[in-house]
Amino acid sequence: MNLALSDEQEFLKEAAQGALARVATMEAARAAIEDESQRPDLWPLAVGAGWPGLVIAEQRGGAGLGIFEALLIAEETGRALAGVPLLGLLPATLVLDAARDETCEAVASGERRPVHVPARPAARATDEAWSVDAVTGGGRGPALRARVSGGTAVVSGAAGHVVDAPGADLLTAVAVSESGVPICVVIEAAAEGVLVTPVRSYDATRSLAHVNLDDAPARVLPVDETVMARAWYFAQALIAAESLGAVQPCLDMSVAYAQERFTFGRPIGSYQSIKHEIVEILRLMDNARSLQYFAGWSGESAPEEFALAASAARSGAGRALAFASRALINVHGGIGATWEHDAPLFFRRAQVSSRLVGGTHDASSRVACELLASAGTP
Amino acid sequence: MDLNDTPEQATYRRRIRDWLDGHRAHAPAVVGSVEDAAYLSARRAWQRELAQGGLAGVTWPAEHGGSGLGPIEQVIVDQEIGAAEVPGVLDGIGVGLMGPCLIAHGTEEQKHRHLGPLLHGDEVWCQLFSEPSAGSDLAAVQSRAVLQDDGTWKLDGQKVWTTNGHFAAFGMMLARTDADVPKHKGLTMFIVPMDAEGITIRGLRQIHGEAEFNEVFFDDVVLPSDAVVGGVGNGWGVALTVLMFERFTIGLGGEALGFKAERFARAVASAPSSTHTDAVLERLGDLATDLLAVRFTGFRMLTSLAQGQIPGPEAGLAKVTTVNAAIAAGELIADVHGPAVLDPENEFGYMISFLPGLKSAGGTEAILRNTVGERVLGLPTEPRLDKGIPFRELKSREREAMA
Repeated sequence: MNLALSDEQEFLKEAAQGALARVATMEAARAAIEDESQRPDLWPLAVGAGWPGLVIAEQRGGAGLGIFEALLIAEETGRALAGVPLLGLLPATLVLDAARDETCEAVASGERRPVHVPARPAARATDEAWSVDAVTGGGRGPALRARVSGGTAVVSGAAGHVVDAPGADLLTAVAVSESGVPICVVIEAAAEGVLVTPVRSYDATRSLAHVNLDDAPARVLPVDETVMARAWYFAQALIAAESLGAVQPCLDMSVAYAQERFTFGRPIGSYQSIKHEIVEILRLMDNARSLQYFAGWSGESAPEEFALAASAARSGAGRALAFASRALINVHGGIGATWEHDAPLFFRRAQVSSRLVGGTHDASSRVACELLASAGTP
Repeated sequence: MDLNDTPEQATYRRRIRDWLDGHRAHAPAVVGSVEDAAYLSARRAWQRELAQGGLAGVTWPAEHGGSGLGPIEQVIVDQEIGAAEVPGVLDGIGVGLMGPCLIAHGTEEQKHRHLGPLLHGDEVWCQLFSEPSAGSDLAAVQSRAVLQDDGTWKLDGQKVWTTNGHFAAFGMMLARTDADVPKHKGLTMFIVPMDAEGITIRGLRQIHGEAEFNEVFFDDVVLPSDAVVGGVGNGWGVALTVLMFERFTIGLGGEALGFKAERFARAVASAPSSTHTDAVLERLGDLATDLLAVRFTGFRMLTSLAQGQIPGPEAGLAKVTTVNAAIAAGELIADVHGPAVLDPENEFGYMISFLPGLKSAGGTEAILRNTVGERVLGLPTEPRLDKGIPFRELKSREREAMA
């Protein structure tokens, strides 16, 4: 047994830290709240670092790395609250690569940016169908619909709050055919019948849009349902890794303030109520890190457990960031709830992340569904 | 990153599995009462057999009868024993905590006298640390040992939470030998024969009705001069060694206690499907997530151990997570199966009754969070009123404060 990072993985992590350090991501996050046009375009940074081709095979122009490595990078972008469009990108590259699609090289080189419209697979052991995030309300919306003819299809339907969709060149999506079979498609964002409507995000570092399709022309990707489900769970694991990354600065800032701020003649960190709240951040963060290992490991070595692991990672990291972003404010007192401090940036990140791609609570339920299915009873 | 065995580990695992295949017919049932003399003696015999096969004392040095291997091999043995559905050693406290403590701090004579019978289950050991007024603040123990003119020690006081006390042959006892120095400095560790004159052992009945723990009373118990472990006045350092081993055991031990996501999911699955509401699914998902996290925290801890790092106090957080997730599981299972589950004869009813006490075992949750906050995160300590004050004075101040 060995869970230590390899030298290559350490290098990848350090390279990501180095690349992100060249951008003042916190200042950018703050500026973007007031004016979304101030959000820096970090796509060139991602391309320079080789991230678009991360999980694309080498023979198709990519780096041929795995889910574990992708999570390490997402953790770093999350830590910096950097608006790098990985969450939309990487699941799209996963399905394109699995389909050995002709666009892979252009995608890996950064020439064309794809984004995946996340679709939640039917739960094992229930008759729930494929679904997407609803445009209105916080619930599930019906899956996109496709009329298939040979290798092409026309696709209709709507998906809400699709991460990184504004400005994307290609959309990958799951749609249900007239005979009720899920198929995977790729759609040119510029094609007729495609409407990508940017949505103002409370977390200004996140770029979101509603996607409306009205008989949009699509190519059918030759991948099976396992790959389509894997794209969903990959997105779960990625948002978990981003969240885990954002917990660490919440912890560091809380510890530092609790050491230097005095009340009644004592540093506030000496009070148990403050100390225990900060230790709770550490506990939740440590659990989330362990679950990231579970997701990364199963993504490569135990694909049958990936749905469970990625959902658990999302649930654990989502709860960790929700708690940490509030604790950070509590430890600082009122000042933490103002723009004098970075705490609101983490709070906004946590609030929006909790509700994207199915949401944190849905991931917890999915953990239960997976375990109950394995236990043999619906 | 690799969860699989190395070729050497795989060979070792095969050897352990083969041994268990050849011997499992001799094993007693996994569940039984240690109040039952026949069961107890079968468990002793089984521990002897495990020791002879190299399945007890895996991490003990070979010169003391162990296998001289690392924590990963210990885990392999635990996993294979679990898979074979046979019990492990009877005396987990002796083999896991007291033996290693003797190996680290005992004299050559003590090691020679005690380690063999301990490892083979002939002499079970218990831990005599906690007292009614010294648990989380363990250095506040009041049991005292007074040196006599003839070089022997006379022991008086009371201990509590003594697992296996009623059939143990020996106990490792932390006692105060000097009340005129600050509390951590005046302590000494002793080996106490549990059949000595002046010792009274009484079962401490818990919520579920059984008495797994004992109270032990010491009334003018005489100990020979060679009963001291690690030198007079060094008791706190010796105790810390034990607490470090204990932390490691508890941090990784949740699954061995049966606190597993899959088991709890099976229990929920067996309830009528009408109970499987969205709220129930989410509760199950949350607690299962926590238990899955702890499983991988264990793997991470093993990775660091294999690299020669010693587990720090943050391992205690895995215990906090495990216990609270198991408590949530008990609540959930009782909700979906109804009040019948609460019967202590039911496996989950027993668990529900057992967990409130486990929450404080090895240190209360509050003291664990203090320790982690201070030692791991470097948060400032709480102002203390006992630093540098002789123990005797401390006690008189406490009496004044109460008056």
